[in-house]
Order: sequence, then structure tokens, then C-alpha cells
Amino acid sequence: MANNDATSDIDGFLPDSSFLLDVPAKDWKDAIRLAGKGLVASGFTTDAYTDEMIATVEKMGPYIVIAPGMALAHSRPSDAVLHTGLSWVRLSTPVEFGSKANDPVGLVIGLAGHDENEHIKVMSAVAGALSKPEKVKELATAATADEIREILNR
Amino acid sequence: MDILCVCGHGIGTSVLLKVNVESVASDLDMDVNVTTADIGAAKGTADASDLVMTSPQLAPQLDGVTTPIETVNNFMDTDEIKAILEKYDD
Repeated sequence: MANNDATSDIDGFLPDSSFLLDVPAKDWKDAIRLAGKGLVASGFTTDAYTDEMIATVEKMGPYIVIAPGMALAHSRPSDAVLHTGLSWVRLSTPVEFGSKANDPVGLVIGLAGHDENEHIKVMSAVAGALSKPEKVKELATAATADEIREILNR
Repeated sequence: MDILCVCGHGIGTSVLLKVNVESVASDLDMDVNVTTADIGAAKGTADASDLVMTSPQLAPQLDGVTTPIETVNNFMDTDEIKAILEKYDD
């Protein structure tokens, strides 16, 4: 039951338009801009949210780089958040965010949320997958958005 | 025990950490109540928790909090989280 719920959530929160796979970024700001692009393309946020995500890192440092090679780009709930959702950006070449422990970053997940409860099931699925090394490997080489959703849903 | 996961906005990083802390606590058979907060709110509420978990970059901003603070480098590493929780498992 719970699994079915998570499945439908992931499909809604990670539509095809939110994926940018194997794209180049020249630096961390560029990488976050791509994550913002995925969120805007999916109707989750306005462009203002992309600037807020960048401002978050400028203000608070690269704490959004939460695991080796992985950043969770996000800002606070605001008018710039239209719907709760995620974007999934896999960089063709990892970039430095300035995180001592976890640079360089090859996967940037963008998050738009109204409050913590709305997306907790999706975050559970993402956390469940990214805490398993074998799934991280699969996610790094998955060819399509469908394959990535399938790995997260598993 | 009450665990407070803290990040910049209380919505992204701390929620991921909460999910993994709950999962590890369940494996350890520990009874935990995990909540999340942004760094501003955490300064006011942290003292009501038994343990605060956050990232190394944000911990210095919790200066003055009397609750023990543990930092996590890799939020996706359940072994790192497990090592922290085991210190408080009694």
C-alpha cells in the first residue's frame, strides 16, 4: 500500500520534464541553474526560485552537498514555489561546490516544497535509493528518466 | 529520545536526514521521535531535544545550544548515522 503511494508520488514529482541527463555545467551556480530549469519546465517553480537556491548556498555555504557527489538544491517555501516537486540533473562532468567532504558533485537534485510533510514520501524513496551504493551506481548509468524512476520506485 | 535534524530551511536536507535517522533507529530498535527545523527556529527549540544532528557547515551557527550536537558529513551513509546513534543508545 505504502509502496503504491510512493510510486505515484514519484511519477508526479519527477516527470520527464524535470530530468536533465548528462548535461555540462561550468560551475556550481550553473549546475543549480540547471536544477532550476528542470523545476520551471515541470511547472513546479518560477525562475525566482532558481535565484533563491543559488542565494541559499551563497549565504549558508555548500551544506546542500549532503553526500559524496550529490547536492540537494533547494530554498525555502515561497511564492516562487507553485507545486511540490523535484528535478534530477546528472552532469556530464562533476563540478566543485566547495564542500570539503563531498566534492565534486555529479548529481544535483532540485527540490521545491511547500512544507516538509508534502514530499516526505518522495524524499524517503530518494533517501532509500541514495543510501544504497548499488542503487547509486545504477542511477549514475541509467539511460532514461523511466529507468531512474523505476530504480527509485523499487 | 527526541532528535532534532537541522538544516538551512528545514525542508530539504533535514528531511532526508530525518528519513535516514528513523530508518537506522528502527534497525537499532531505538525509540526515537525525529523532528526537523531550520537553523533559525532550531536555536529556540534545540534545548527541548535530546540530540541535535546537522551538517558541519551549520553547526557553528548553533552556538549556545546546550543539547549535544552531532554533525553528519554524509547524510546518505547509514553507517555514519548508526555510529552516532549508538553513542546515545542506552
